[in-house]
Amino acid sequence: MRYSGLRVIKEALTGHKGWTPAWRDPDPQSQYDYVIIGGGGHGLATAYYLAKEFGQKKIAVLEKGWIGGGNVGRNTTIIRSNYLLDGNEPFYEFSLKLWEGLEQDFNYNAMVSQRGILNLIHTDAQRDAFIRRGNAMFLNGADAELLTTRQIKERYPFLNTNDARFPIKGGLAQHRGGTVRHDAVAWGYARGADSRGVDIIQNCEVTGFRRENGKVVGVETSRGYIGAGKVGCAVAGSSSRLMSKVDMRLPMESHVLQAFVSEGLKPVMPGVVTFGAGHFYCSQSDKGGLVFGGDIDGYNTYAQRGNLPVVEDVCEGGMAIFPAFGRARLLRMWGGVMDMSMDGSPIIDRTHIDGLYFNGGWCYGGFKATPASGFCFAHLLAKDTPHPTAKAYRFDRFEKGLMIDEKGMGAQPNLH
Amino acid sequence: MIINHPLLGPRDASEFTYLGDASLIDRPDWQSETAAQDFYEYQYLRDNPAGLHQELWFHESGDRSWLVVTRNTLTHEITDVQLARDVARARGRSK
Repeated sequence: MRYSGLRVIKEALTGHKGWTPAWRDPDPQSQYDYVIIGGGGHGLATAYYLAKEFGQKKIAVLEKGWIGGGNVGRNTTIIRSNYLLDGNEPFYEFSLKLWEGLEQDFNYNAMVSQRGILNLIHTDAQRDAFIRRGNAMFLNGADAELLTTRQIKERYPFLNTNDARFPIKGGLAQHRGGTVRHDAVAWGYARGADSRGVDIIQNCEVTGFRRENGKVVGVETSRGYIGAGKVGCAVAGSSSRLMSKVDMRLPMESHVLQAFVSEGLKPVMPGVVTFGAGHFYCSQSDKGGLVFGGDIDGYNTYAQRGNLPVVEDVCEGGMAIFPAFGRARLLRMWGGVMDMSMDGSPIIDRTHIDGLYFNGGWCYGGFKATPASGFCFAHLLAKDTPHPTAKAYRFDRFEKGLMIDEKGMGAQPNLH
Repeated sequence: MIINHPLLGPRDASEFTYLGDASLIDRPDWQSETAAQDFYEYQYLRDNPAGLHQELWFHESGDRSWLVVTRNTLTHEITDVQLARDVARARGRSK
């Protein structure tokens, strides 16, 4: 069923009896050409693009819980492409372009809102670094603008630009950045994939891989064995747990990132503001809640909840630049488990085992990458060659010294 | 989280910084024929288990000792804390 304004009017006049479920709930078949493990944003997007862009058939997405119940439902919904390095910026700009056409492409309202993102500057050295980054963005077809403190004040009059430790001296803006309704991304991709024949199988946990002559030929699941021509893993947060079933050790640790929502307020934040020096960033949802977060907790965990010292640190950062927000009450806080890779960048690559492909290591930046990650992973699965924008995301880059280390932190996952 | 320091007693985890898996104590032999592969695995690959995890914490805001903490990554429960020095010596290191 195609969604449109006309359809809404027609249904309104006929008692809303014509709506059907957005996707089916099929039982698994015994054999597929492609099995995607992980029914999150990346896995569903992969299945969607495999079917739509690469014309593949017989695709299944296996999800151990319900679709969209992992990190695509636990993030702070920001999209942007303000990266520096050659390995990253073309990929994230490709992603932002896909976001811009996404709702028309999959016929679903994902509330893509290009309200702009602003990175704050506090020192001359930081301004130089951000100018360099802005130029790198231009070179890759993205947009960027260096703003003065006065220009920032016009947009955010309540921003404290005179903090003693981190006075605000300007900012790098990307006006095409913004926010998206995160759950709708999972639902839109699920509906788009399902309507092209993809089987989305929920409550189906993968418990092992079956191999014959060194090649993966299928997966053991809580709903029985499912054969597969190719298996793609897209379970960021739990990648190490899944890949340990084929004795792979990955270049990553799992860490928790906490996020927060305040009570609903009248419109106060027109865009996204990041205060990197104070480990704080914030936007306002369309319901009015201030959505904000900061750093990861910094220790290995799979617990999907963090500890209080980081809560205090994030709120202190917020109070330093937005003192007025101290009057707002906190409504909810939660944690999501991140694949923190050794250089802060993701992996989209074949594994050393035939028939087994991997997508993960998204650190705390996987949401904005969802469309390009799905597209590039589908490209890899269908053609066995990497998509041009994702060819740096290889497993062997650590061994070969070709790291993509945006922050220059080295092999220390909790510092990225 | 509270880390029960072997010398100082229970201390808040925010006094510590975190390095990672305690396997980092076992630095490979640089003269081995497989040294390049060994150091790659040592530096970049991790078991990253869901469950009990032995890990290195540094008491930065305290006595600046390194500890090996055994902690459950599913519950954050800490079941054992030892001085990293003692662990390293027990594994045959000189210091």
